[in-house]
Parts: sequence; C-alpha cells; structure tokens
Amino acid sequence: MTALPLQSRRKFIKNMGYISVGFSLLGACIGAEDPTIASRVTYDGKLPGSIGRTNTVNAWLEILEDGRIRVLSGKVELGQGIRTAIQQVAAEELDMDLNKVQVHLAETGLTPNEGYTGASASIQYSAMSVRFAAATARQELLELARKKLNTPIADLLLFNGVVKSKLSNKSLTFAEILEGEQIKREVSIPVPIKNKAEHRYVGKAIPRTDIGEMVRGQGGYIQDLRFPGMVHARVVRPPGYESKLITLDGNGLKAEVPGVIKTVIKGSFVGVITEREHQAIKAEQYLKNHSEWTTSTPFPEPKNLFTHIKGISDDPETIRNEGNVELAIKDVKTIKARYTKPYIKHASLGPACGLAMFDGEVLHIWSHSQGIYPLREALAAMLSMEADKIHIIAVPGAGCFGHSTADDAATDAALMALEHPNIHVRVQWSRHDEHAWDPYGPAMIAELEASLDENNRINYWKAEVWTDSHSQRPNKDAGTVLAARHLETPFEMNSRGYLGGGHRNADPYYNIPNMKVNAHYYKGPFRVSSLRSLGSFTNIFAIESFMDALAEKAGQDPLDFRLNHLEDERAVAVIQKVKELTASQNIADDQGVGYAFMRYKNTDAYIAMAAKVAVNKVMGNIELIKMWAAVDVGEVINMDGITNQVEGGMIQAASWTLKEQVTFNTKEITSTDWLKYPILRFSQIPEVEVAIINRPEEDAKGVGEVPMPPTAAAIANAIFKACGKRVNDLPITPEKILNA
Amino acid sequence: MPTYHLNINGSQKRIETESDTPLLYVLRDYLELNGPTYGCGLAQCGSCTVLVNGSATTSCMLPVSSIGEAEITTMEGLVSDDGNLHPVQQAFVQEQAAQCGYCLNGMVMATISLLNKNPSPDDAEIKNALQGNLCRCGSHTRIIKAVKTAAKSL
Repeated sequence: MTALPLQSRRKFIKNMGYISVGFSLLGACIGAEDPTIASRVTYDGKLPGSIGRTNTVNAWLEILEDGRIRVLSGKVELGQGIRTAIQQVAAEELDMDLNKVQVHLAETGLTPNEGYTGASASIQYSAMSVRFAAATARQELLELARKKLNTPIADLLLFNGVVKSKLSNKSLTFAEILEGEQIKREVSIPVPIKNKAEHRYVGKAIPRTDIGEMVRGQGGYIQDLRFPGMVHARVVRPPGYESKLITLDGNGLKAEVPGVIKTVIKGSFVGVITEREHQAIKAEQYLKNHSEWTTSTPFPEPKNLFTHIKGISDDPETIRNEGNVELAIKDVKTIKARYTKPYIKHASLGPACGLAMFDGEVLHIWSHSQGIYPLREALAAMLSMEADKIHIIAVPGAGCFGHSTADDAATDAALMALEHPNIHVRVQWSRHDEHAWDPYGPAMIAELEASLDENNRINYWKAEVWTDSHSQRPNKDAGTVLAARHLETPFEMNSRGYLGGGHRNADPYYNIPNMKVNAHYYKGPFRVSSLRSLGSFTNIFAIESFMDALAEKAGQDPLDFRLNHLEDERAVAVIQKVKELTASQNIADDQGVGYAFMRYKNTDAYIAMAAKVAVNKVMGNIELIKMWAAVDVGEVINMDGITNQVEGGMIQAASWTLKEQVTFNTKEITSTDWLKYPILRFSQIPEVEVAIINRPEEDAKGVGEVPMPPTAAAIANAIFKACGKRVNDLPITPEKILNA
Repeated sequence: MPTYHLNINGSQKRIETESDTPLLYVLRDYLELNGPTYGCGLAQCGSCTVLVNGSATTSCMLPVSSIGEAEITTMEGLVSDDGNLHPVQQAFVQEQAAQCGYCLNGMVMATISLLNKNPSPDDAEIKNALQGNLCRCGSHTRIIKAVKTAAKSL
C-alpha cells in the first residue's frame, strides 16, 4: 500500500473548480416520495470550546463534489470509535446517509487544532462542534438554495446532499448550491438543531465500519504504511534514563549485518537505518553490544518506594476545604486508612511506530500521536524549525490509553529523516523499549480519615494524596519528547506538566459537611504521563474502599450508606440500576459482591459498578466472576460505542487491579516484557454487563476513562465480602490476601 | 543471500532474505501483508499469529529457513476470491469484537485453528485456545461471543 499525504484544503477547492449552476432533476427522486424531514429546535446554549478557537463551518466540514461531505476533526481514532460517532452526528444534522459522510481525523494545516485526544473529551468537544457546524451548514445551504430556486425556505427539503423545492420539484446538490465555494459562515448561537426525539442515528448502536476493514488486514495502522523506497530504523536506547554515550564501535557493523545504510549519532541519540526491518533489529543489537554508557541515578529500593515518595514531596496544596475539619476532628473517634497504587504501564499491544520524510523544505511525519499540533510545537523547538515546515498526519495505532510512546517514535523518525532526506524513514519500537521507556501512570498514596456522627452520617472527611504529574505530553517544551533529552545539547523538561490530574476525584461526590483534601506533589524516579483516568483511579479506589469500611462501621448496607450521602438524582439512578442488575445473584460462601460509585471529575458521567468474586481462603486465589456497570453519560451518541468502552475499560482496570505493577531494582526497570509485566489473559476474564441510562436532554459527556476508577474498589469490596480480608495496596494478589 | 520458495495464502512466493529472518518480517516487509501484526517479537502476545498447515502459530520467532513446504495462511488469505469474508471474520464484524483491532488478527487465526479441531467449543475451551493472545482494550468478552457465533455458522 502506498499512502500519500492528503492535499491541502486550498488545493482541494482549486481542483474542484467551477461547477455550473443548473437545475438537475435527480433521477432517484422521480416518482419517489419526499422524505419527512425532522423538526428543528433552537439551540442557544454554550458552544463547545473547540468551536471557540475555530469558528467557521469550513474548518469542520467541507462539501465534496461527488455529493458526500467531509468532516474535519482534530481528534484521533485509537479504537474508541470516535470516527463513527462524529459521522453519526454530522449525518444526523444534515439528514444524510451515513456512507455519504467521510471523516478526516487530525492533520496539521488541515483539521482544527483540538489539542490532545484524551480526558474523555472527544464527544463533548469535537463531536459537538461538528453538530453545530453541520447545523449551521444546513442553514446556509437552505438560505442559498432559497435564492437560487426562488422559493421560500418553507418550500425546501434538505436531505442526502440535495435541496429540493416541493412546489417546482427542482433540486440542487450541495456542490451546485455552493458553486465551488465552501461555507465560511461563522458558527454562532442561536442555531437550529435537529429535535433529538427525531434522531435516526444519534443514540443508536451504529456498527463501526472499520472493524470490517480490520478483519481483512486493512486496519490502516501506522505500522502498515509503506512508501516506495522506504527504509527501516531502530534506536539504540541508553541503559538508563540519564545514561550518556561514552563510546560506540560500529566498525564491524556492516560486515556483521546486511542492509545497513547509516548510523545516526547525535550526542547520546543513536539510530540505525537499514533496508529491511529485521536488519534494523539486528543492527540495534549489534550497536548495543558495542557501546558503553555512563550509569544513571539509582532507583530507590522497591520496598521503600512509598517512603521515598513521601520524602521527596513538596508542601501540600489544599485543593478543597469546606466546613471546619480541624474542629470536627476534635474529640471524635476517627477511622483511618492508607491506600497505594504502584507505577503501571499503558502497555499498548502495538509498540510505537513513526514515519518521517524530509523533502528538503518540509518535514512530513506520520504518527499515532494523540496531539499532532502540540507534537509539532515540541519538534519545532527541538529542531529549531518553523512550525509550518513540519507537517504531521495522524494515523491510527494500537490502543494506547493515554500519553504513551507515539510522539517519541515520531521524534526518532524526524531526527533520522533529516539525516537521510527524500526517503521515508520508518521507526519501529521494540517491546522492550515500549515497556521500559513508556511514561508510566505514576505511583500514588491516599491517606483518608473520617468520622461518623450519631446518625451514622459522615461528619468530616480528610484526604491526603501523594502524586507525581499526570501529564508530560508534548508541548513547546522540547524536553517532553524523549530523544530531545539525548541530543548533543540535551533539552531537559522545564515544566512539571499537569499536576492537577493527581487530585482528580480526590474530593468525594458525597454530601459531607466538613471536608479537606490536600495534594502532595513529588517528582519521582520514573518517567510519567497521562494514563486513562489519571489520579481518579487511585482516588476512587481509596474513597470507595473507605466508604465500604465506613458502611461496615455504621452497620449499613454499602449501597444504602452511599445513597444516604447523595442527593443528585442521576447519581441515585445509576446506583439503583446496578442494585437491580445484581439483585438476583446467588452468592456462595466463598463469594462476594462489591460495589463502587463515581461521578467522573465530579462534573461529568455517572457510573455505579458491581463485581462478583470467589476467593479461595487457603490459597488466596481470586476468581473474578462478573462485573456490572450502570452508566449515565447524558446524551448517548453511539449506544454500542459506549457499551464497548465500558466493557473493555472494566476488563483493563481489572487487570490493573489484580495483576499490574512496574518492577525495578536500584539499577534498572525489570518489567520489560509480557512475562515480567503480566496482564489479564482469557482464563481470568470475567463476564461483563453494561446498562446505559440515556438522557438526551443532558449534555453528551465522554466515557472512555469512566469505567476505570470504580473497578478497583468494586473488586476490593467484593473480596472483603467474600473472605473478610481488605487489601488496600494495589495490585490485589493472593499473597496480599493471605497476609491481610 | 539464500532464496526461499514459500507457500503463502495458496500461492508460491520467492523470497530472498537472510536465513534467520522471522516469518513475520517476510510476510509484512517483503510480501506487504498487514494481517499479522508485530506485538512483541517474543511469542508472548499472539498478535502475529498465522496458520501453519491449519494450526495457529506465532510467526515472530519462526525463522524463514524452518518453513519449508508448509502452507502459511494469513488473515488476507481467508477472504474468498470474490471478496467475501470467512465466517470467522464475519462473526468478529457481527459482534463488533474489537476496539483498536491490533490483536484481531491473532484472535481470528487462533479461532480458526480451534474450530478446525473442535467445531463446538464451550467457554472454557475457547478461553484455553485464546490464552496465548493478549488484548489490551478488553474486548475479550466480545471475542468469546464472536467465536461462538462463528462456531454456529460453520
């Protein structure tokens, strides 16, 4: 397969040329009955942030000559199904068949700059921007057609790429209406949008078309891109984060490994380019064996990790303080507990890949980055190039669940392409490097304390959270991309990234009169960044495990105890739903069902979850039998997309909970393959069941990260119910159960 | 450089490469087949699985020199000449049994291998047959459904 960069928008319009105006009677319409067009309602609420930055219709949507439309989104497809969701929204507003809507995802200079694909924000920002852009396009097309067909708007029907006059039976295609132009009208409120009660795509379980391509081996992954003359490359990574190259003896390389084209050395960045991919692997190994490096700062002893973290933390920052916790603490019996989570990995099934080609003027890059515009800023800073001389095209990759290594592979490819111009250079990361150099989800500690009043309601709640940064994604700070740190003049990271992610959901959503939450930031020994749901995973594990401990002390049913502290009816509804889902379960002596609740970020989607486990009290073995989730994301765009995300998220988070931790000794990271970093395999997969409460009247919120946080607590609470043992340190292993 | 005549998806392919080149790289890098994907190069994840004489085998550590006359089938080779999907591929589409789909090749190939030997497997047999195949997105339960759907339609 040969992929070519898509033409720029300017060129597209020019190529489209002038289309003569004429009244065409569509053959398909003759004799066919006119469709019933859904009613519209006036929307005058807030427009999504993405529109604010890019507010003309043509930035989001283009009319193609062949009767289709092309939607431009700044987001990236990573298996979450955003392409289909965006297609549904656009087809809905323009009353088109789904297959007439093409979706072009992130490319610099072509699609809107929507920052990163993350934070479960693609639906609420990108898809909603497309909704309002498409609705505005519809208005503009109707107004232009009114003039051209000389008939009132009330006489016009807009559907499937044409506008038709009922009186004259004359119709015009969108392209004919626009005469080769695109719609430059600003998207602004008020804007008429389709009445949600009459939606035919949105809210339905529309199947993804890309799965049909994947099963043919035509998934179109970055790893599958091929260009004429393309060469392969690998990078010889240093043995430690701060190791510097002392010597490299590549004299025997060409004699040993066939197909070697070039070794690229820039300070401690060592890359090797070969004709064939397997040759690059052998060349990398050869150079690794023939190089010497300085040692890196030792890591702490693994058993001292959490003590080490406390020792290097800044003074705490109070992120929430309500009522008077200090006063409430006096003279009451408190309950305290400490929860920990180790470093865990993105552990994408496909190691990172990046391609680049420098044509002498522009550096073209293909990447599965989650943020091509921010990556461009980092590369421009690293290479001292003008940003508009760097052209980045997003290409789907394997699911990566946050900021993983895609940007680093693109950076590697960029550095080597500049040394080997006019040829496409493809860099493939190894499993070892993917596991060792991934920016991990940081280790965290949460220490909670609370007391109950005479009515068994929580009187005060105090939380201390220790966290590293939860995002060091690429930005204008060149040190955010890995290879920049290894160049002759290294770029160190100047910023700390997004610290706030660490206390996401650290303040409970429950009604508690006195509450104080402190965050302690540390800069730890490992490279870290955004991993699906950020600090919420640890914080909700702690909160929801602690809620069960408090319910136990209050002598109450865990769900009733939660309901006693909630007023929000949407929160109550998801809890009632999950209670209903699990009501008929038979629970054997060695089994237990545990629950957890969360409102993501305390402002977005609601979820209540249940887990059923069996625990072998002699061996400590845990069998995860089934998991249930009841979810409310507001307006549902794709019912099956949400179900798929929640099912998959529960299983991935169950893997984090039961299996996963980065292992290391003082010298190196040791969890560098799937045996040393095991994840859940089929034999341990639970059944899953998801119920969705659709609320079309509410804002549509994302769901990708939502199933992660409650999973660990639901499992921990189920284990307690099954065997009376409470494990507060993740991962929950048989040994920890026996020692609890 | 040695030459190999390989039997890939029903046709003979002539490949000139080093004898230690793993089959995965022959398929992807020389024959431009994208079905088998690179996941670990260590035979730990199953994403590179192909059928060797009808039996699921990881291709990332299998030297080309060891293939001989064996019949190799990749996901592309399952599609009929008129473009129709194999019932197992069809079942994965029907059950929407993927998120990113990077592991899908291995899942499809392991399923075919299983159903070749056991046309109506139960849950435990399905899980056992797919134990060597990792999925990071958590599509496992849909994959199990797809295997059952495929078993019914074969």
